Amino acid sequence: MEVYLDNSATTCVCKEAADKIYEMMTVKYGNPSSLHSKGLEAEHEVENARKIIADNLGVKSEEIYFTSGGTEANNMALFGASEALKRNGNKIITTAIEHSSVIESASELQKQGYEVIFLQSESNGIISEEKLFNAIDKNTILVSMMAVNNETGAIQPFDKVKSIMKKNNCNGLYHCDAVQAFGKIPVRPTKYGIDIVTISSHKIHGAKGTGAIYLSKSTRIIPRMFGGEQQKKIRPGTEAAPLIAGFGKAVEILPDISNEYKFMQELQSYCIEKISEIDGIHINSPKNNLPYILNFSVEGIRSETMLHYLETLNIYVSSGSACAKGKKSHVLTALGLSQRLIDSAIRVSFSRYNTKSDIDALADGIKSGVSKLVRK
Amino acid sequence: MKEIILIKTGEIVLKGLNRRAFEDILIKNIKYRLKDLGEFKIKNAQSTISVEPVGNNIDLDEVSDKIGKIFGITTYSRACVAEKNIENIKLCTIEYLQEALGEAKTFKVNAKRSDKKFPLKSPEICTEVGGYILEKFPHLTVDVHEPDITVTVEVRDFAAYIRGSVIRGAGGLPTSTGGKAAILISGGIDSPVAAWTMAKRGIELIAIHFASPPYTSQRAEEKVVSLLEKVSEYSGKMKMFTVPFTRIQEEIQSKCPEELFTIIMRRFMMVIAEKISKANECSALITGESLGQVASQTIGAIACTDDAANIPVFRPLIGMDKEEIIAISRKIDTFDISIQPYEDCCTVFTPKHPRTRPVLKYVKQAEQLLDCESLIKEAIDNVKITKISY
Repeated sequence: MEVYLDNSATTCVCKEAADKIYEMMTVKYGNPSSLHSKGLEAEHEVENARKIIADNLGVKSEEIYFTSGGTEANNMALFGASEALKRNGNKIITTAIEHSSVIESASELQKQGYEVIFLQSESNGIISEEKLFNAIDKNTILVSMMAVNNETGAIQPFDKVKSIMKKNNCNGLYHCDAVQAFGKIPVRPTKYGIDIVTISSHKIHGAKGTGAIYLSKSTRIIPRMFGGEQQKKIRPGTEAAPLIAGFGKAVEILPDISNEYKFMQELQSYCIEKISEIDGIHINSPKNNLPYILNFSVEGIRSETMLHYLETLNIYVSSGSACAKGKKSHVLTALGLSQRLIDSAIRVSFSRYNTKSDIDALADGIKSGVSKLVRK
Repeated sequence: MKEIILIKTGEIVLKGLNRRAFEDILIKNIKYRLKDLGEFKIKNAQSTISVEPVGNNIDLDEVSDKIGKIFGITTYSRACVAEKNIENIKLCTIEYLQEALGEAKTFKVNAKRSDKKFPLKSPEICTEVGGYILEKFPHLTVDVHEPDITVTVEVRDFAAYIRGSVIRGAGGLPTSTGGKAAILISGGIDSPVAAWTMAKRGIELIAIHFASPPYTSQRAEEKVVSLLEKVSEYSGKMKMFTVPFTRIQEEIQSKCPEELFTIIMRRFMMVIAEKISKANECSALITGESLGQVASQTIGAIACTDDAANIPVFRPLIGMDKEEIIAISRKIDTFDISIQPYEDCCTVFTPKHPRTRPVLKYVKQAEQLLDCESLIKEAIDNVKITKISY
């Protein structure tokens, strides 16, 4: 039996989305921009997906633009917004616990001469409202903060950022990377005043290779790519119609958020309960984090060793964020964890296809690993 | 216009009565390396090996690239084949070297007349061809000392060959003329360079890799495969033996003094490598050790390691600095693979303070605490073989 507990890295594509993608590839394979009916039927599918995603976010279809994924959307947001607003100010506020596609983009902007501030999280993995308040000023043109951290699952006060900006007379844009939050907690850009939102398909059982960016109607960014007339020239290029239609399908069949949230809370607390029986376990995720994610350390056993040991039992977990491919976690460092705990951190992340018996297998696996593997 | 490749061998010509044997192996190697690229006529005459493509669909750029990686070749060049009369030679020169002559500012002409029946003597050929080039490319001037391009005309028995610049070959001796040896490869920067360096001296390779799952990952092993694939572009195909090493490391860790861990581990590697080598007709081991680089590569540690093996151990990098090693790894294109972060995460086992001057007597005493024989047998019984080709 295979136990997949790395759903924050990526998820399996659900059958409904896979069927849709197959249909798009073999039947409705037209170019959405073609004038003939073959093109039109593909365009309909793309627009349908756009509508489903817009509805889920409570925004208008024309505010959604498809990208190749979260990394591209984050790059578009940071470079596009700072370029568009460079006459209004020079300051960009982000955090030290963002996904690397935000951190690296922000560092690049820093090199180009912007003043970039990377806020550190508190020891609970959360960026405090106070720090945000103190950092944001009227010279700030962009605030970029994620909704949920991908390594710890810590939920950020992403709903409060715009009001803090307003209090400080800041007219800048607010970008929220909601890749880990989308489909799991309500992400309501209009309600929270978020100007730009990043979401991704493959974290919610769609295919890899597509994602979307929400740009509120009043938000103007400078495009990063130039080409055809597609997507109002904000993101030109032939739309990846099969992947996009699959994305739409995956969103369409998302289960009710509050029911699934309860189920995840059960799974997570069951997991904490089971692994806490094992010697040397330290839970790194803060309390009340997103229950889809649990980060813990098995003291004395290197993350990679435990990961590869579990893999021999067909149990798949992560040693940090998969994008980093073995690099030291900047998020756990920001949490103020000791080197020993960082070196042994494991992240498990759940999906609706996981069960309690998966957790049992994980706990058994860790237990036998602890007894067999050499500790440092 | 017909194009061929002319190959000069270096050191081989000094091999006296054995010269033919070396040349035959080189020609066999060339044939083998080129076999997927099409059909070729390969001839060896007047101390030049000529590679002539049969048919028109052969990409000579690709052929030239492959030949640049065959050991035993000092220089080679692409040449055009012309009928043996001076008018035709002149026309062919202009046509064949049009682009290079257009880009150059200075040139000279070299002529070699190995067919003494050809009516013009070498200096006369130079004058004729050089004059014609000047006429057609008036922007050029002659510079006999440091020309941008040297045009060489060789008049041989069956045709005249016209060529521009000469390309440096991989050097060394033809693969397999130096016997067979086993490289101990970890995945770092040094071992692929050591493998390449010995392959350059005509050694045919096998590779031995020690894997410790779950302390090391599948990606670490795949990295070693990618490294060996790069080396095999020069050395030819080889077999890689992956030895399961977890049990041995765990045993050493739990039973032997911590500071001797690395040295005992390396002695195990030598013993296992020796057995695999001898079972596969190898007469030596190759390692990427460089004196003093790490604790296990001090003179004392090497003496202790050497004691474990009854087979010559070649350490071609022993006197090289890291920078010199890196320069070669860049040249053979293994550097970028070597620095991928999936190292052997044996760091779990590395002692905090490894002994840099181990005493053989105590090392051997510590080994008494282990059931060496059965550990070694178990490892060798479970060796996995992977075929590596370019």
